[in-house]
Amino acid sequence: MAKTIVLERKPLSFSERTYLPQIATGLKTTFSNMFKPKVTLQYPEEKPHIPNNYRGVPTLVKDPNGREKCVSCQLCEFVCPPKAIRITPGSVPEDQEQREHVEKAPQEFEINMLRCIYCGYCQEVCPEEAIFLQDQYSSSGYSREEMINNKQKLYELGGTLPDRHYKWDKKKQAEVHGNTH
Amino acid sequence: MISPSKEDLVTITLNGVEVEVPNGINAVEAAALHGKEVPHYCYHPKLSVAGNCRMCLVEMGTPMRDRSTGEAILEDDGSPKIGWVPKPVIGCATNVSAGMHLRTESDLVTECREGIMEFLLVNHPLDCPICDQAGECRLQEFATDYGRGFSRYIERKNVKPKRTRLGPRVTLDDERCILCSRCIRFSQEVAKDDVLGFVDRGSFSTLTCFPGKELSNNYSLNTVDICPVGALTSTDFRFKMRVWFLKETKSICTESSTGCNTIISSREGVIQRITPRRNDLVNDTWMTDSGREIYKLVKAENRILRPSVDGKDLPLSEGISSAVRILKDRKVGVVASCKSTLEEQFLTKLVIDATNAQVYIRGHFGEDDGILLSADRTPNLRGALINGLTDSYPEDHLNGLNEALASGELESLFVIDEDLLASGVDQENLKDVDIVFLGTHSHATSNMARVVLPSFTVFEKEGSFINKSFIVQAFEQAIPGPVGLSSQVEILSQIINHLRVDSDPLDAKLDGVWKSMGEVLPDLMGDCDFRSLVKAPFQIDGSKWSHLDFVEKNALNFESVKGVQV
Repeated sequence: MAKTIVLERKPLSFSERTYLPQIATGLKTTFSNMFKPKVTLQYPEEKPHIPNNYRGVPTLVKDPNGREKCVSCQLCEFVCPPKAIRITPGSVPEDQEQREHVEKAPQEFEINMLRCIYCGYCQEVCPEEAIFLQDQYSSSGYSREEMINNKQKLYELGGTLPDRHYKWDKKKQAEVHGNTH
Repeated sequence: MISPSKEDLVTITLNGVEVEVPNGINAVEAAALHGKEVPHYCYHPKLSVAGNCRMCLVEMGTPMRDRSTGEAILEDDGSPKIGWVPKPVIGCATNVSAGMHLRTESDLVTECREGIMEFLLVNHPLDCPICDQAGECRLQEFATDYGRGFSRYIERKNVKPKRTRLGPRVTLDDERCILCSRCIRFSQEVAKDDVLGFVDRGSFSTLTCFPGKELSNNYSLNTVDICPVGALTSTDFRFKMRVWFLKETKSICTESSTGCNTIISSREGVIQRITPRRNDLVNDTWMTDSGREIYKLVKAENRILRPSVDGKDLPLSEGISSAVRILKDRKVGVVASCKSTLEEQFLTKLVIDATNAQVYIRGHFGEDDGILLSADRTPNLRGALINGLTDSYPEDHLNGLNEALASGELESLFVIDEDLLASGVDQENLKDVDIVFLGTHSHATSNMARVVLPSFTVFEKEGSFINKSFIVQAFEQAIPGPVGLSSQVEILSQIINHLRVDSDPLDAKLDGVWKSMGEVLPDLMGDCDFRSLVKAPFQIDGSKWSHLDFVEKNALNFESVKGVQV
């Protein structure tokens, strides 16, 4: 059996018994912080700076011409680890101006934010650069249904992002200028 | 068509290894037999050889012989010297012969494949994200397996029409077409409806229908199946679901007595499409367009979704006990169905025996198209013969039942699936009989029934059918059935258990049904059980019924010799 040694507690000195030096030290810290720059934010009135590579709520974006970029290839739905994405594919009618080359677009696009784990796989896998996890990080609602972002909500959240490719413009040009030979 | 494979084997040397293959088959098949894939687009085992995609290039050689003496020329080490053909040859049009040498993995072959892939991809659009073929596309697969891996092409790609309507069910995307001509050969050779052809030259070449014609025959969707890329697309399935989400279930087409082998593709309990499954004894790799639409029955408007007694919705158990009250100790007539599975017909027979009922059965007949749609439009007429539901060949009406009803012989009727009013039975005669209806969809007869017991469609249950060649084929359950309903086998077993109170209750699982079937029909079923049937369909001896006038005519893989097939 282990042997128990009883230690004698060192008796407090006079100044320690008055507690005054300790109070003074504490107040020193308080007063010195009063004059330092503020580090806290008045959340939610004030919002923190969100870096560009932040993975917030996934959103759908439009290209600078205002056309939806998603072609409902369902790769994000496939890759999504918690199965938060649900897409109903649809086709684009031939007579839609500016979009006659697109052929396919989502009829409905739902992301269940109760399931989403903000992993960013959907953004990574998207071949059309249509889905982005942007700077929005807090979403709340009163019911489970409210937490499912539908297509309209996703486009509202996403807005328009600059495009490097203008894929559909290129397709149109190719058609206008005819074949290569 | 390809040269028929003869049973005599020859020895060839495949990539330096001596292997045995049937004489006369082509190099693609010979290599496949020994696990070496020779990529190909235009070659299809059930179509003639066109040899225009050039993807199956292999190296071929034969042992050299001295021209004057005919003696084998030997290398320094004593092995026979091989005379390699200086340029690669296409594997699909090279039939093997004894002593032939093939190389499918050499540097030259690899280089050839890379070159061919590069040419095919030059004008191929980057449509994979929206292409329905993606995931089952030969071009995608071979580009990853045998392609160069990068593109040297910086010029603008060709632009062609993207949604040409070739027929009521087929849409063509011209840009994706790699001009393999499989669809053209299929239309000519199998569908016998020569409507497709190429027009223009070089990279302007386009697949099109001949003027004034369209691809509207009942086999048009097979062109979509054999298209190695996403050029021909099914208008029904277009942009509906990516193929990698689909769960595939082996099934049998119920359209006619041909019993085409099919694959049901479904996602989360919703059927998306039906495609053929290869079976060289039945349907090769084809099926009819009309057979692909049968899945729409699942969501049809007149589907019965609730059991009812005297017009009131009740739980199934109460429906069954009401049915038993109507059937027990009365003069009963049973209208059996050629559309039921083998197992259901077997249980129907038990109901008949338990109630001492009169049996009536009708056939459904139509035009025979000589390919895969046979004149008998029920999947399991031969099952009814085997189960003893009828001795004579069923006719296209129920006049016998009508007479029996008119003379007042029957007090209650147990109807399985059949619409009596559409089968020559007068509505007047049905007034005084109590009808128990067991089926999937409502019609005039089910609306008159006192007890309606809804059950599952062919997609929601498992079972087996006997086709026109007396081949027993099983199908599996593809999707779950509607909530609260049971399969016909389950309902019939419960009815039988209620009717035969003193005997042991039946096992409603198919294994149990097969066990009892083996006891009743030992010479036909032998000791086969359902699970092994799923893996291997078998043929039974139909000579007992050869005196009957079967309506099927000669067709693909079928010769009508009065009931006895090839």
